[in-house]
Amino acid sequence: MKFKLMIWRQQDPKSKGKFVTYEITNISPDMSFLEMLDVLNEELTKNGEDTIAFSHDCREGICGSCGIYINGRAHGPSKATTTCQLYMRNFTDNETIVCEPWRAKGFPVIKDLVVDKSAFDRILRCGGYVSVNTGSAPDANLIPISKKTADEAFDAAACIGCGACVAACKNASAMLFVSAKVSHLALLPQGYPEKHERVMNMISAMDKEGFGNCTNTGACEAECPKQISLSHIARLNRNFISVVVTSKDK
Amino acid sequence: MTLESKIPSGPIAEKWQNHQENLKLVNPSNKRKYEIIIVGTGLAGASAAASLGELGYTVKVFCIQDSPRRAHSIAAQGGINSAKNYKNDGDSVYRLFYDTIKGGDYRSRESNVHRLAEVSTKIIDHSVALGVPFAREYGGLLDNRSFGGAQVSRTFYARGQTGQQLLLGAISAMNRQVNLGTVKVYPYHEMLDLVLIDEHAKGIVTRNLLTGEIESHAGHAVILATGGYGNVFFLSTNAKASNTTAIWRAHKRGAFFANPCFTQIHPTCIPVSGQNQSKLTLMSESLRNDGRVWTPKSKGDARTPSQIPEGERDYFLERKYPSYGNLVPRDVAARNIKEVCDDGRGVSSTGMAVYLDFTDAIKRLGKNVIEQRYGNLFEMYEQITNDNPYEVPMKIYPASHYTMGGIWVDYNLMTTIPGLFALGECNFSDHGANRLGASALMQGLADGYFIIPYTIGDYLAITGAGKLDTNHNKFKESEKEVSDQVKKLLSTNGNKTVDDIHKELGKVAWDHIGMSRNADGLKKAAALIQSIREDFYKNVKVVGEGNNLNECLEKAGRLADFIELAQLMAADALHRNESCGSHFRTEFQTEEHEAKRDDQNFAYVAAWEYSGINNPHKLHKEQLTFERAKVMQRSYK
Repeated sequence: MKFKLMIWRQQDPKSKGKFVTYEITNISPDMSFLEMLDVLNEELTKNGEDTIAFSHDCREGICGSCGIYINGRAHGPSKATTTCQLYMRNFTDNETIVCEPWRAKGFPVIKDLVVDKSAFDRILRCGGYVSVNTGSAPDANLIPISKKTADEAFDAAACIGCGACVAACKNASAMLFVSAKVSHLALLPQGYPEKHERVMNMISAMDKEGFGNCTNTGACEAECPKQISLSHIARLNRNFISVVVTSKDK
Repeated sequence: MTLESKIPSGPIAEKWQNHQENLKLVNPSNKRKYEIIIVGTGLAGASAAASLGELGYTVKVFCIQDSPRRAHSIAAQGGINSAKNYKNDGDSVYRLFYDTIKGGDYRSRESNVHRLAEVSTKIIDHSVALGVPFAREYGGLLDNRSFGGAQVSRTFYARGQTGQQLLLGAISAMNRQVNLGTVKVYPYHEMLDLVLIDEHAKGIVTRNLLTGEIESHAGHAVILATGGYGNVFFLSTNAKASNTTAIWRAHKRGAFFANPCFTQIHPTCIPVSGQNQSKLTLMSESLRNDGRVWTPKSKGDARTPSQIPEGERDYFLERKYPSYGNLVPRDVAARNIKEVCDDGRGVSSTGMAVYLDFTDAIKRLGKNVIEQRYGNLFEMYEQITNDNPYEVPMKIYPASHYTMGGIWVDYNLMTTIPGLFALGECNFSDHGANRLGASALMQGLADGYFIIPYTIGDYLAITGAGKLDTNHNKFKESEKEVSDQVKKLLSTNGNKTVDDIHKELGKVAWDHIGMSRNADGLKKAAALIQSIREDFYKNVKVVGEGNNLNECLEKAGRLADFIELAQLMAADALHRNESCGSHFRTEFQTEEHEAKRDDQNFAYVAAWEYSGINNPHKLHKEQLTFERAKVMQRSYK
């Protein structure tokens, strides 16, 4: 297969970026999208040109490093797929493929297709945990948790922190990401005692990072490679409202 | 220098308890005066950071990724072992200990393994308390499944994403400490040297991967938790950035490297399909609970699997190992798969694959149950291969996955450099010559949550919280060496890319230091690796600049270390004139083609001392003795 690639090149956070067009040939349909970029980078290296920077690591859809906005969609055209799990058989021969970095105020560009997603870590550090010290835990089977609840908590906990939800959202909102953690911990008895402080602290951290508000468009859910459900945002809202309503210092 | 393993005295089941009671303590109000550097944020690093932060130490954590949560522990699929015996199927600390020792083919330290089995139960308790959503039964209690090399069900799991959930749990505990101010995280920082002052580890030199700045960081102790070196083979199941650089550079500063040739080739991975393939994807060992491994009985059979009648199929693992069947340990499964493929009975266009078939399990249990158990793995398989494993059998082949070898540590997890500790996969300690499935997560978290918090205090209490100074000459010398290497790599301007050379290295390592080895091949490998090393320094081409994000430069530095490590792997494999676990020397096998150990001459840990770039490594031996586990020929028949 052969392709025309239009790729966003930007030397560093302060420089102005632009699209650069590359032609690439001899691509097997069984190659992954990132392997196709590897081939292009090998060619660039042989020509002495700086390679295209893109984030990647595990290449099996779990580390959450990768993320390219491909033809106007976060992680490209396939459903429930990270960029690293996308295969060239999903494209047509001679297609023009446009590659951009995530675009969001909360994710400034570092270089080319690499963005700074550290805002996510800062949000999690404001409450995305259960306050328990090593060594103090009771027996793991002391508190039964229904299979349904455990499964639902798992569905939320499956978030890989890739940022596709933010990239896909017209408001660049991080609500799906934040709600996944809030919901995961609020569903479990272990996370329950801190659920009110958690939701307040994490939402205020999210606002501080410059992410937009949620208007329930649902683009985040549609593009999430782990298919995290919008219902977690509903649970976050319920938690949030119950704090606001019952708070003593209004 | 002599190796002191510092194994406590007393009966094996009491050693750890007694040892804890004898270790020196640091006063709670003094702990914050001690600065501890941790390199790596996988299960071992993150759990250590969280636990040491909770104790009140001042902790600095470094990782090469953009976020600590992306460390490669995240990709572990199948599960974590623990001697809980919730199944009432006869499990115990002793059985987990014994299975691990036997699985490792009697090449691990008995006292460490027993301790691992003891603390395994606390890991599950703590992880659940942190909110890890393990799989549960309908009654609300935790579920278990079986893994290779064990006849009990002791593996806890969270669908096929157990590593992710355990890591996010440990990272959340660490995040809490970041919020409380005890832990500071340095993402995008690569450790490029270890700094010793008066022969004690006192800090590291890093390169900021975003700005290229070379920085010194001082600490009263340094903990390495940087994972394994499976990427020496180029193609592996490891993440692309997983590397040996941190431990190799520590090794060059004096930390002995133990059993480097013990590398695990995982039997069930998606086979290689093309020239430009960048990595191999693991299909979890848990699949062997329900999947049956087979090939056609006749060579070169080109029929599709459904056309091959039952009587013309060879379920070779079930045939050869009736009591463990498809759940034999990884080394045994991998070697048998290689054997049938080498015999010309492999499938797929390359002939380098066998079937992993779920037809019978789907018939017996229904598609729903199989989907519940392995849904995400089946999806991943289909995404990569375009085949639907509910309808056609998976094709699998072994791939480099884990490294049992690593930095030598004593019972306290301290290396041969005082003040330098190594945790998790990057140390050599618990898995001997072969690791059992679902034991890596257990070891990483045991080391970080439950062992280092005790043992590091002993070292710190003795050495004291002296003044730290990154202006010390040793730091400055180190910074200069590191920046000289960066400059050298950027200015070589040869005609081969880093990947070109890494692929050459990978092929040599796979062909000669892979699933089976022999003296001739290993000697040949040593010569080939030497010429690859010369080629690298003459002909590597690194583009871009040193002062911003430059993956090409990062990869070049890591490859330089992989090449040197591969030389040591070959030397280690050549010196060990026996077969054991993953180390299968074709000259040493039983009549039934199983690994034949030589306990008389090789029941020791080979710890190698670096003696300069052009000199051979010096061998030190730690003799292994077994008081609790009965040493015998390993059999899974």
